[in-house]
Amino acid sequence: MDLSADALVKRYPGVLALDGVSFAASGGEVHAVAGENGAGKSTLMKVLSGAVRPDAGTLAVDGRSVRFESPHAAHAVGVRMIHQELSLVPELSVAENVFLGAEPARRGVVDRARQHAAARAVLDRLGQARLDPAARVADLPLAARQMTEIAKAVAADARVLIMDEPTAILAQEETDALFRVIAQLRDEGVAVIYISHRLEEIFRIASRITVLRDGRVVESASLAGMSRTDVVKLMVGRELAAGYPRPAAAPGAEVLRLERVDSGPVRGASLALRRGEIVGLVGLVGAGRTELAQAIFGAAPLTGGRMFLDGAPFTPRTPREAIAAGVGLLPEDRKRQGLVLMGTIRENVSLPSLGAMAPRGVVDRARERAGVARWVEALAVRPPMLDRAAQQLSGGNQQKVVLARWMLRHSRVLLFDEPTRGIDVGAKAEIYALMRRLADDGAAILMISSDLPEALGMADRLVAMRDGRVVGELTRDEATQERVAALILGESAAA
Amino acid sequence: MNVPRMTWQRVADSMLALATVVEATVFAFIAPGFFSLDNAVNVLLSVAVTGILAVGMTAVILTAGIDLSVGSVVALTGVTGAMAAAHGFMPATMALLVAVLVGTATGVVNGTLTAYLEVPAFISTLAMLTIARGLAFIVSGGRSIGDLPSSFGALGRSVIAGIPAPVLVMAAVMLAGSFVLRRTVFGRHIYAIGGNTEAAWLAGVNTKRVIWWVYVLNGALAGIGGLTLASRLGAGVPNAGQQYELDVIAAVVVGGASLFGGRGTIAGTLWGTVFIGVLTNGLNLANVDPYVQKIALGVVIVLAVVGDEISRRKRSAG
Repeated sequence: MDLSADALVKRYPGVLALDGVSFAASGGEVHAVAGENGAGKSTLMKVLSGAVRPDAGTLAVDGRSVRFESPHAAHAVGVRMIHQELSLVPELSVAENVFLGAEPARRGVVDRARQHAAARAVLDRLGQARLDPAARVADLPLAARQMTEIAKAVAADARVLIMDEPTAILAQEETDALFRVIAQLRDEGVAVIYISHRLEEIFRIASRITVLRDGRVVESASLAGMSRTDVVKLMVGRELAAGYPRPAAAPGAEVLRLERVDSGPVRGASLALRRGEIVGLVGLVGAGRTELAQAIFGAAPLTGGRMFLDGAPFTPRTPREAIAAGVGLLPEDRKRQGLVLMGTIRENVSLPSLGAMAPRGVVDRARERAGVARWVEALAVRPPMLDRAAQQLSGGNQQKVVLARWMLRHSRVLLFDEPTRGIDVGAKAEIYALMRRLADDGAAILMISSDLPEALGMADRLVAMRDGRVVGELTRDEATQERVAALILGESAAA
Repeated sequence: MNVPRMTWQRVADSMLALATVVEATVFAFIAPGFFSLDNAVNVLLSVAVTGILAVGMTAVILTAGIDLSVGSVVALTGVTGAMAAAHGFMPATMALLVAVLVGTATGVVNGTLTAYLEVPAFISTLAMLTIARGLAFIVSGGRSIGDLPSSFGALGRSVIAGIPAPVLVMAAVMLAGSFVLRRTVFGRHIYAIGGNTEAAWLAGVNTKRVIWWVYVLNGALAGIGGLTLASRLGAGVPNAGQQYELDVIAAVVVGGASLFGGRGTIAGTLWGTVFIGVLTNGLNLANVDPYVQKIALGVVIVLAVVGDEISRRKRSAG
């Protein structure tokens, strides 16, 4: 079966996620989709699988126009997505999950024997003889759960299978097993749309590739005759946007030093931050960047290594201790982690500083208002109303509120986790200028960014992470998109 | 720049105040004896203990928690307070001291389980509900502790400037509670935790310690409420305060607090308490069947929660 999309447009507040994307996957082929974070891959997959409706553009199955009002409508014509976060019910058995919503039944009573046998047949067809249909999903390893999810799609006779980073959770042998299943489905005429960051896998399994960048298709072609370098260039080869402030004149003394830090997925990470310097921390999703920032902020425990702040040992056990030492964090997800959305601008900005403006525990409201107003003004938060609820602000202004919080607190080490994600271009430029001003005033800034041009434009120095490890460091002069991409992808050939 | 905030909380507060006035007006016409100063004092006296407990419960609910144990703690503190008074040395003072200490102790257990051991508040305080009730019966031997020195009745029965002491206690507790929630760092942290626990933690709020203190203080307030009730009854009664937790939660929720946390005020809780008190009093005076009254109260609670849900949707849409 063929699935095609023509001129899809999808706009989110402040972001054009899909800007006229056309795409086609044919039965019997594995079609890879690649691109940086934020390029529009996941939005495209959501549109193709019926989870999101496009603002404009059309979908067609075997040339006939279709509209997917829901994932259910997509399932009905045989289009299914295997999600990164698997959509199984953990307390049910494999067989129950495979036939969830389509249970073989007689007068409303599930025919368990028939269900078991049918699940067995599907699993055998996928070469999964060792997977027991009666096993409880919660007891299974991730690879087996993923196979259950695929069996569910196959049992429902899916003709187009969309897989989003399916190997991210798998070991090498499991990946090999998955690829055998994918190849088999392909040979049976299923169209497989395969999203991955891993170039090696793309070259191994796919025959065509579509590369997205900034919501547009930059290339859609056969992989035959393409090299990895070609693909990397297509993914990241964007002209540097103007509007980045000039780099630091000369960084000052070292403020923060990490020596072989282990924490969660982070393994032996070492780096240093100096006064007046912006260090860009780059890597793919899952490389351990956010986890490293959380370790510095006391939000995740250190399991190995040492940290030093101004030369003295620094081991914050909670964010509270890190904040007291002068560290501030702009979290990746400002709505879930940054802001008390129902609270006001004033309440959000002053939250970590209340102790300092509250003699004997009673907040000095005049002092609070004055302190908050100063930074709301300096950062040009719009509207500059201290009692406006945070949830009523735009993304850029919400980000400024979190930033104002740390400026009021005079934090000297600032950890910015994807500071411009989901905010519009104008607000981005403002945030860039503010970051540079903070650095000029003596702050040390660690900026996590998945937007390579942004990282290259803003950072005085780049630190690259891959699979939990720091894999390289580049000065501003050394850093090019290709070199950074090679480091974070682990592609020595692309450099 | 200092535009007054028109929050849904304020709208809800003023709507509820308006509803209370409408309600009282209706009863003034249909319930004989409703419209008098004496009856107004009666209403306040009838809700005094609930009102005292509702202050602590407001703080608990602001953190998105719940405390089901307050009714049983009222009984336990009433009984232990009465036993302390029976020993004769400074009876009133000893009774208050013991009741508050015992109440605080139950709060320490609730707070430790809920904040530090991360037992869901519904479960930890449900356990305390049955434990405190059992203790109240054991320490009292299953009998009311009566025949107490006259000073034991001071908190519950004295009248100052025409106002019964329990009403004054309620007023004092509400004023103090309102000040703590609105003006102190502790109060601001309570709102932040209820609004977004993770964001509060990442902004340096010691979320566990704040939650712990909320349950501890709620236990202490239950002690004050328990002693006030025992003093009014003239005895520590082991089966006193049955289902008070439900009345108190109803008052807080009708008062506009969200069970999801982060939203609610003492002013709202006051109006919720008074609204329910007026409803019960008016229906009584209008000779409405007590079983029908229960239905009326249920309807009011549902309306309040539906209103809360609608306001939440409007806010997230706005």
